[in-house]
Amino acid sequence: MKNGTAVQVSLPSELGFEKVAMSTAASMAGLMGFSEDRIEDLKTAVAEACINAIEHGNQLNDTLSVAVVLSTNKDGLEVKVIDDGKGVGASPHQPDIDRKMHGEEDPRGMGMFLIQALVDEAEWHQGPPGKSFVRLVIRLNKENR
Amino acid sequence: MQTATKVNERTAAAASGSPVTILAFSGDISSASKDAVLGAYHGLNGSAKNILLDFSGVDYINSSGIAIIIQMLLEAGKAGTQSIGIFGLSPHFNKVFTMVGINKYAGLHPDEASALAAV
Repeated sequence: MKNGTAVQVSLPSELGFEKVAMSTAASMAGLMGFSEDRIEDLKTAVAEACINAIEHGNQLNDTLSVAVVLSTNKDGLEVKVIDDGKGVGASPHQPDIDRKMHGEEDPRGMGMFLIQALVDEAEWHQGPPGKSFVRLVIRLNKENR
Repeated sequence: MQTATKVNERTAAAASGSPVTILAFSGDISSASKDAVLGAYHGLNGSAKNILLDFSGVDYINSSGIAIIIQMLLEAGKAGTQSIGIFGLSPHFNKVFTMVGINKYAGLHPDEASALAAV
């Protein structure tokens, strides 16, 4: 695969369609030579980013779509997940299982943490509708980490 | 578009001889799984003291699904369930469950035999 190859997927704002982006990301990462375990990490990160975009960014509005842009370069694979929301201002926080188990913290709210933990770079950009996105990167030189 | 979750309930004997209820999941574990997963747990009516969750038939798990499992663990803890174990996770989801700390409240085992041996 040539560096700079890009693929774009447009998802309806309906839960479940994150699997389409997940499969596309897995296929591209496989073509680039990423190992199975890194591909599994990427699949979960991409799925969580799309779920956040569908659920929180686009508020499950079926007139809006989520754009997923996957771009290759010599260092790795970049995935941008773009929605029509205001973007995420908060930083991911480590889930506190003890607080969750005592009902002091919502059992949900782990998506951003998983994204950040599973890829080499994760950043959230706030912007006007259609410009807010999360950017994920997995690097080929981290294959043996 | 989300794939339904199916739950099959069966019983087994632990290595110690104690009865164990196994809830075997298949399909997806996502936000759409709440009724299936918690409904299966509630259907036990607090009668099961040792529970194993079998994920070997699960194709896809996301953070909303993990939150439902945490909710089940929370309820089981309040109900006085003696032990809950998990088996059949892929190596990736074994890592993810450990990252979020579920292993602190439910043992993670590679297969049913090792899970039954740990009860």
